[in-house]
Amino acid sequence: MSGHSVEDIKKSVKVYIGVFAALAVLTVVTVAASYLDLSSGEAFFLAIIIASVKGTLVAGYFMHLFSEKTTVLAVLGLTFFFLIVIMFLPFMAFTDQAVI
Amino acid sequence: MEIPYNVEERQDTGMFNAKLGIWLFLASEVMLFGGLFSAYVFLRMGDVTGTFISGASELNIPLATFNTLVLISSSVTMIMSWVSLKLGEQKKFKTYLGTTLLLAGVFLVVKYFEYTAKFHHGIFPETSTFFAIYFTLTGLHMLHIIGGMVVIFYFLVPGSKMMNTESERFTNRIEIVGLYWHFVDLVWIFLFPVLYLL
Repeated sequence: MSGHSVEDIKKSVKVYIGVFAALAVLTVVTVAASYLDLSSGEAFFLAIIIASVKGTLVAGYFMHLFSEKTTVLAVLGLTFFFLIVIMFLPFMAFTDQAVI
Repeated sequence: MEIPYNVEERQDTGMFNAKLGIWLFLASEVMLFGGLFSAYVFLRMGDVTGTFISGASELNIPLATFNTLVLISSSVTMIMSWVSLKLGEQKKFKTYLGTTLLLAGVFLVVKYFEYTAKFHHGIFPETSTFFAIYFTLTGLHMLHIIGGMVVIFYFLVPGSKMMNTESERFTNRIEIVGLYWHFVDLVWIFLFPVLYLL
């Protein structure tokens, strides 16, 4: 992570507090959204979008990924690719079943 | 023998060794939880009897919302403990890290009440495919919380001696345990809506 001077760290404290507030608000939004009259597909999509925003805030700011070295980003890029593959396996299985 | 690159950055990776190490570990953790999330999708797609909808309705949303806020708060106190070390404020460091440990304990206590309430109602992993994946995912997550608590306790009490002897190395160690702790928080951020709200 870059920006480890005392001044930078003091500035980043405000960011951390802001991220905490955003995460708390988004948690309430997630729960509120679950009470909306949506189809299961829409509800799933909305919940995953909100969770992804929250996840990006945690990874980007708390885990410093927004300012992390290329080595880490390369490792995580590769991991993310395989995560997408593994998440699509059930869909592939059911598509295959539908053809049969 | 001295462990190399525990403070100074390696030229080829641009970071100290433990940092690359924890990121590689977290990458494997992404695949571990990813595999179980994939299993969740698979079971849910094949659920023709509606056990996922009825199962989720048995769960306690207010308690889980509270626990989500607890875990988010613990992430903030965790990063503030690292900030305190960077600023040379050792007392604040201990307060923040201690609070993180306390919040982790609160999370476990709430989870204990959630689990025992289920058991009293005769709900176990064998009850349905929903509860099988619910207990597997939340149980594995809980093990990660317990593991994190052990490491946090170590750095709070016996391992804190290094704070005065090798302060920079100790700060790096706290950064590493922080990365792990934020990951545990990150997993819960996805577990909460997927298991409780959908």
